[in-house]
Amino acid sequence: MELICPAGNLPSLKAAVDSGADAVYIGFQDDTNARHFAGLNFNDKRAAEGVTYAHARGAKIFVAINTYPQVSGFERWQQAVDRAALLGVDALILADIGLLDYASERWPDLRLHLSVQASATNPASLRFYHENFAIQRAVLPRVLSVKQVEQVIRDSPVDIEVFGFGSLCVMVEGRCLLSSYATGQSPNTFGACSPASAVRWKETPGGLESRLNGVLIDRYADGENAGYPTLCKGRYQVENKTGYAIEEPTSLNTLSLLPELMRIGVKALKVEGRQRSPTYVKQVTRVLRAAIDTAKQNPENFKTKVEWIDALERVSEGAQTTLGAYARPWQ
Amino acid sequence: MTTVPKLALGPILYYWSKQQVEDFYQRVANTAVDIVYLGETICSKRRIMRTKDWIRIGEQLQAQGKTVILSTLTLLEAASELGALKRLCVESPFLIEANDIAAVQILNELGKPFVTGPSVNIYNSRTLKKLSEKGLLRWTLPVELSATELAEFQQHRPDNVETEVFAWGRLPLAYSARCFTARAENLQKDDCQFRCLDYPDGLLLSTREDEAFLCINGIQTQSARTMNLLGEIDQLIDLGVDVLRISPQSRNTIDIIDRFTAVLSDPQSPKRFDTELEGWMPTTICNGYWNGNAGMER
Repeated sequence: MELICPAGNLPSLKAAVDSGADAVYIGFQDDTNARHFAGLNFNDKRAAEGVTYAHARGAKIFVAINTYPQVSGFERWQQAVDRAALLGVDALILADIGLLDYASERWPDLRLHLSVQASATNPASLRFYHENFAIQRAVLPRVLSVKQVEQVIRDSPVDIEVFGFGSLCVMVEGRCLLSSYATGQSPNTFGACSPASAVRWKETPGGLESRLNGVLIDRYADGENAGYPTLCKGRYQVENKTGYAIEEPTSLNTLSLLPELMRIGVKALKVEGRQRSPTYVKQVTRVLRAAIDTAKQNPENFKTKVEWIDALERVSEGAQTTLGAYARPWQ
Repeated sequence: MTTVPKLALGPILYYWSKQQVEDFYQRVANTAVDIVYLGETICSKRRIMRTKDWIRIGEQLQAQGKTVILSTLTLLEAASELGALKRLCVESPFLIEANDIAAVQILNELGKPFVTGPSVNIYNSRTLKKLSEKGLLRWTLPVELSATELAEFQQHRPDNVETEVFAWGRLPLAYSARCFTARAENLQKDDCQFRCLDYPDGLLLSTREDEAFLCINGIQTQSARTMNLLGEIDQLIDLGVDVLRISPQSRNTIDIIDRFTAVLSDPQSPKRFDTELEGWMPTTICNGYWNGNAGMER
């Protein structure tokens, strides 16, 4: 099982490679990728340095071009595909059917992975992308239980990559419009969820308030930890009860599932977080490298070590972790 | 020569009792709606209506002059759901609305044409063209795209593909493995007790300052507000839109169909009935997406 780690800049890329990532995924500095944040991501020069650095150390570079090009901007996405191909990267991570069509036609020898943003959750969908665009791997949305992942792998024509750690999308990726409903910008169209430009913080007599384009996402009492106002992790009212109606601020952590994910045939484990710091990347990569190696050597007696858990919880959103949809009760 | 769009009634997105569903389509049969989508698109646990029931209702509607389309599940998780989808694709006597690429693939393998609903991601003309090669007869504009984007699409649309626009209803915004209705009731999804039956228009989610924000419908999240493009009919006709979709709600759906019908049959008639129409919405209006803004805006 390969370990795939995120990098939003060159120091993070180097940290991932140095800490044992098998591959690092990056994006360009525009809305062609799903982490379109100010000050983040790679220009061609930095990306070329990253490719050289990784290849010299036996690691791969994937480029995510995984937003949905709109009618008027399709050329920019085409150019992103061409730029990545010319950089000599090891794979592209794509979601849009039109862009997959372009990439497979223009660069037939370039390896294509299906992004989680394509929202493909089942073998029939994977067959569509495999037959039409010769994708070689797909990243599964975070909506399947372990048993369901196993069923998909059994009937999938391509290798399967799953999320192992990081911020948790509660909704099936690629089909969540909550962010554009509130702000006009969504992961699909703009490459950002609950974008920072729409966030406002305000101290009020009732507590610290976080708003997204005016919508009250949460209000914190004194002493409560305030988190980034991701729309699906706010506190709302449903039938006169106030609480985390959609999800708590929490991170996905699959440490305890690693031997099981290996057993069912997961080919790669993905870490979320291109927007996070080089320290996060280093910490998470190190722990997961050690954990995967341990699980490979002795899957039957695999036990998560306390220091791994501590290290991961220190960098988790909301400082708590979950197995997410992998575990049935979460659903 | 401009053509007047046809009217379609989308699938019922909520979980209604069998009697309520039967009564509803009895009344729909007497409206001027042209196309009726039938079937469960949200949750495979909702089995009050079986495929044979939908087909029976479909045959009745067809006999009364409606074009019937069977809609497929949007989010497929279990292998059993994929099996059910495959059976539906094989057995359906009607055209099928694919709500996931799985249905597109299966129908293409069977050599059957199809239409797509708003949850199939068609964001550019190259995608539209590719799916047209696979048997796509009509597509639905993703609800987060605007009139401006639709205009670009319409210029490059393949000749044999029709365009449908979501014109009335709470917007389908997201799907999850988690059931938020069960969560609101403190129940596990596997023991949900079919609480969706208690909420024929979904369960309102408000902010802590009582602003109606979202609507929970099992594993689906919708807008609390209602999209209404009746006032934009002239623009829709100018753009060459072929079909307008009305999404069913528990009350006033027939009134809404009648109002759209009246406007479509007399282009000179007034098109803005804001007060009356807002009275038929569970909360208020949101046409932001159509205007290129945040979806929740008016």
